[in-house]
Amino acid sequence: MNYKGNEQGFYGEFGGAFIPEMLYHNTNELKENYLQIINSKVFKKEFKDLLKEYVGRPTPLYYAKRLSKKYNTNIFLKREDLNHTGAHKINNTIGQILVAKQMGKQRIIAETGAGQHGVATATVCALMGLECIVYMGEVDIKRQAPNVARMKMLGAEVRPAISGSKTLKDATNEAIRDWIANPVDTYYLIGSVVGPHPYPDMVARFQSIISKEMLSQLQEKTGRDYPDKIIACVGGGSNAAGAFYHYLDNTKVELIAVEADGLGVATGKTAATTQVGSEGIIHGSKTLLMQNSEGQITEPYSISAGLDYPGVGPLHAHLFKTGRGKFIGATDKEALDAAFELTLLEGIIPALESAHALAVLKKITCKPDENIVVNLSGRGDKDMETYINRMD
Amino acid sequence: MKRTEELFRTKKNILNIYVTAGFPKLNDTVPIVQELVKNGVSMIEIGMPFSDPLADGPTIQHSSEVAIENGITLALIFKQIEEIRKTVTIPILMMGYYNQILQYGDKAFFEKAKAVGVDGFIIPDLPLAIYQEKYKQILQHLDLDFIFLITPQTTDDRIRLIDNESSGFLYIVSSFAITGSKSDIQQNQLDYFEHINKLNLKNPKLIGFGISNKKTFDTACKHAEGAIIGSAFIKALSKNNDLEGSVKAFVQSVI
Repeated sequence: MNYKGNEQGFYGEFGGAFIPEMLYHNTNELKENYLQIINSKVFKKEFKDLLKEYVGRPTPLYYAKRLSKKYNTNIFLKREDLNHTGAHKINNTIGQILVAKQMGKQRIIAETGAGQHGVATATVCALMGLECIVYMGEVDIKRQAPNVARMKMLGAEVRPAISGSKTLKDATNEAIRDWIANPVDTYYLIGSVVGPHPYPDMVARFQSIISKEMLSQLQEKTGRDYPDKIIACVGGGSNAAGAFYHYLDNTKVELIAVEADGLGVATGKTAATTQVGSEGIIHGSKTLLMQNSEGQITEPYSISAGLDYPGVGPLHAHLFKTGRGKFIGATDKEALDAAFELTLLEGIIPALESAHALAVLKKITCKPDENIVVNLSGRGDKDMETYINRMD
Repeated sequence: MKRTEELFRTKKNILNIYVTAGFPKLNDTVPIVQELVKNGVSMIEIGMPFSDPLADGPTIQHSSEVAIENGITLALIFKQIEEIRKTVTIPILMMGYYNQILQYGDKAFFEKAKAVGVDGFIIPDLPLAIYQEKYKQILQHLDLDFIFLITPQTTDDRIRLIDNESSGFLYIVSSFAITGSKSDIQQNQLDYFEHINKLNLKNPKLIGFGISNKKTFDTACKHAEGAIIGSAFIKALSKNNDLEGSVKAFVQSVI
């Protein structure tokens, strides 16, 4: 089975480009150019150099000794939290900013939920001297003040999305509208493996550096270039796409995608798209999404703003439908418990998103001789307010 | 003969008005359309309110949110159109997003629309290739129009391809914009309209996006068979409670 998508951006029945004619030229221009650009020698060198010297890659594959002991197995943490700006998001923004530059674009727009992608975009725009506009839901601007300040300090303009539910999906709508109104000079830098083709494929390729490094790191540490299980959280799904990418066809590796159950799937206050969603179209892509019987897209809920998206990327919809990926949920509470557990056992404060991935260690069976990789997608600085409230 | 065909054969300066179903009140759609027709509007576009209308601006998105809040559903929209059809003979189109149609059931949706007297559809995020593969045959069989958009960035080759696949008319997007933006028509837009006219396309053309008043409507009519007004009309409806008075005043201010 092909898990990496075809030339039209379809992963099985999911993906494609369901976009109004106003976006046809923009996406087509990108589609015609992206593979040639990212396969060029110049791009490869610049991307590699920046990831090494600027982002700080490769990120360690850390053997978490005390955590492993607790779960009586071998747990490795892929330390994406150690990247510049504190999460995996920058792997993608470095890649896309180089594409934008190559295409001669002067103005960069992006959407952001928790602000991590916004910060990663503002960062690379500062690095390249390009204008940066980040759309962010009005509600998210209020609950993610430190990241808003970071973006502003980095020279970006943060524009509030005031339509709809005023969160990530509305920020995405606003960014797409900006792109419609400014098709010539503007590049839309999407933050996850979502949106119309070629975005899901392009973003997955940039994030695939995560699993590419795992190949040699695992070989060195375990004598085998693959683990038994990879666990990663899924909102839109970019860190999971990157952690799974080079193992998609290796069926000896169990791929575990962790969604945010929120207060619990049964309460309706959830972001577990594969559990409560159905097939449809969101942001130009055919995939699984949360909607009502009229096809109105409904509002997800999770304590973690980065998992608070009412869809999953088409790759993940395909992994779910084919059974290649195993989808498990973790509630707010389970994620918080896991965050404190990791902090006390290993001295690493994880992002709330990554804490969802850690939470499923309690829910799965791991043998003592198994090697498990948990993708630690980000660090917890941005979540300190939530963690402090929990300690009180 | 199709209602759209008949209209373009017999009439010039066609005014097509977009009406968000279920706005401002759930059951206002029928009286609004009746009043529009009474005042000389030639074609009606019934908007199917969607939570995430990518191609629409803030005015139409807001009206959609209000309508969804009011409880609008596709079943109710079909009932309203059925009611409208009892007295109204001009072409009625439905405008909405592909996800809504998929959830209703695509084939059932088109068949139901035909049964209540709909003449055609504008579904901006249903791509040409998917239309050709999945829906062209059904719609031709039901004798329904499918209207595609073209924009200032659509290449001549693609315009011809779209013209070939469209029926009813071509929706000419006037500028790089979402609905409800800009207020005057610029010279480069006029050049673009004239460029399209020189292509000698088989379909008539209506200009939309940025048409808001008599001045812009008249300009559009000089370069196409007519125009579509959406956001400006929805704004006019929002201003006061005298529904019929607002509709009448708006249409009379344009034609």
